[in-house]
Amino acid sequence: MRHIGRDAGRGVSHRLGFLNRRGGGAAQEARSDDEMALEAVAEHFPHGADVGVRGIAHTKAQAFEQAALALTEIVTEVGSIVPEETVEIECAAPSDGLLLADWLNRVIYEMAVRHMLFGRFTVTIENGHLRARAWGEKIDRARHAPAVEPKGATFTALKVERRSDGAWVAQCVIDV
Amino acid sequence: MDLSSLSTISETEWRLPASGTMRVPAVIFGSPALLAEMDDKVLEQIRNVACLPGIVEAAYAMPDAHWGYGFPIGGVAAFDPEEGGIVSAGGVGFDVSCGVRNLLTGLRRGDIEGVKSDLADSLFRNIPAGVGSTGKITLDEREMDAMLAGGARWAVAEGYGVPADLERIEEGGCMAGADPDAVSAHAKKRQRDEMGTLGSGNHYLEVQEVVAVHDQSVAAAFGLRLGEVVVAIHCGSRGLGHQIGTEFLREMAVAAPDHGIILPDLELACAPLRSELGQRYLGAMRAAINCALANRQILTHLARRVFGHFFPDRSLDLLFDVSHNTCKEEWHDVAGRKRHLFVHRKGATRAFGAHHPDLPAAYAAVGQPVFIGGSMGTSSAIMVGASIRPERAFASACHGAGRSLSRHQALKRWRGRQVIDDLARRGIVVKSPSARGVAEEAPGAYKDVDAVVEAAHGAGLARKVARLEPVICVKG
Repeated sequence: MRHIGRDAGRGVSHRLGFLNRRGGGAAQEARSDDEMALEAVAEHFPHGADVGVRGIAHTKAQAFEQAALALTEIVTEVGSIVPEETVEIECAAPSDGLLLADWLNRVIYEMAVRHMLFGRFTVTIENGHLRARAWGEKIDRARHAPAVEPKGATFTALKVERRSDGAWVAQCVIDV
Repeated sequence: MDLSSLSTISETEWRLPASGTMRVPAVIFGSPALLAEMDDKVLEQIRNVACLPGIVEAAYAMPDAHWGYGFPIGGVAAFDPEEGGIVSAGGVGFDVSCGVRNLLTGLRRGDIEGVKSDLADSLFRNIPAGVGSTGKITLDEREMDAMLAGGARWAVAEGYGVPADLERIEEGGCMAGADPDAVSAHAKKRQRDEMGTLGSGNHYLEVQEVVAVHDQSVAAAFGLRLGEVVVAIHCGSRGLGHQIGTEFLREMAVAAPDHGIILPDLELACAPLRSELGQRYLGAMRAAINCALANRQILTHLARRVFGHFFPDRSLDLLFDVSHNTCKEEWHDVAGRKRHLFVHRKGATRAFGAHHPDLPAAYAAVGQPVFIGGSMGTSSAIMVGASIRPERAFASACHGAGRSLSRHQALKRWRGRQVIDDLARRGIVVKSPSARGVAEEAPGAYKDVDAVVEAAHGAGLARKVARLEPVICVKG
């Protein structure tokens, strides 16, 4: 597994609690000690020709955020992206798995048509409806040195589930 | 791969008999060493393909097969609409009509040595490559639809290439049955400024030297001579194809139960050929094939301009253009009966033998050129469709070496700068916007392409014609 830095633009260590990725102070204050103890993770897992992305966090929505960070990290280091512009994304699906694929595919689409990279995400999910905000900037080929272009989120190794320790896992393979 | 469930047909052909919900057997081509190296997922996936409705004869895996999405990469399967056959977005893949074309320069290796560095720089400047690169052509709505309907024919009419090119492209450069209206607004928007771009990952433009000729007469028919230089372009339908794959995969997965289809793997998402969804996908997928053909045609034009600057008397004639992610409507003899089939080739190349009616006149006597791509430091191969009867795997062959290490493993093992320096010492110039991208695509991350070619030759899928080694590589 390849663990990824999760605090774009803040210059802190690679294994941070999920609260470092969240936007709202009030939301942070509302979380319990147990939530504080759970570390949010964005990581890659191997797939023959391509790359698996996995987000692990206290809530499903946060796991989706982490998965999107792992998607960005296929292209460049999340920490190199300046959050200059925001993009709103919405999608809906009949299952959590399809919703994850739809979400990542929407991020890929916005990256492609806007020529942008995103280093920060906030996601809310209610009744199969996802609303998100992505922060990022136009691709700077010299600074970001983008490695490879994601073509699409696949249904391979697609999983959105809650583990026995309460953490949510959201993962799938990205075709590159 | 665990070989215990397979029966040996020959040194290069292995069979998994139909059992359980499999409708036909699965057949894997390759040497024992190649099969031993294959992921167990290949066997699982090809077994799943054999379960799909309307499949004919067998589900096939080529010698370069590896773990894909639903279908293995290197998978071939044909479906009969008369028997409830399906078309699968997963069976074509995200990069619809990804393929390779080769251009003949007539130059010898020695002719380019003196300008190699400048030629590499100029190709890198003029061939848009890598994430975030855009083409010099932006298509409006009307032009986009014309391109999707016309493919390389549209590109030639727009001034990118010459009419003679079209005779050396599958389908004469224009896939019939394309339906631009079946392509979503999102897919068109994603393609808007990506015409004439190489993309990234394993896509490349390579200047290669012919270092061995195995079949002199076929090589002569192809215009290949030992020591001469060719240009290989590997890329596909760019964002448009990716978006079509994404959208139809989801729609087919959701609609499968309505069509009475039980999917052993969601990634095998498919629809009956005789359904509105199946027909709509075919229309969109064929439009994406045209997009890929037009894209490679524009890249050819750009490469010709660069070469024209250094070698004004050279025209860079097109040898051929093959696609390796497609579903094509073809007629095949199956157990002595001509059948109208929809042949999925996912990471597999069509390989018609001599005298096939769909071959261009120039190759009717010898068979279709088949291109097997390498990776920067590894060799590539040119083969020719085998003329044996009955044809193997619906006249299909392999398309490349296939990865042996994941991108993650490659990154742990190599640094991009080190790969570029090592290749420079071997006389190979690599130009890429991303050092990390080069590391992920390091030659050592790929299987032995020579073993794949030998297995395809031995299995009668295609015959060896020539071996090529890279001189300049522009990577996306």
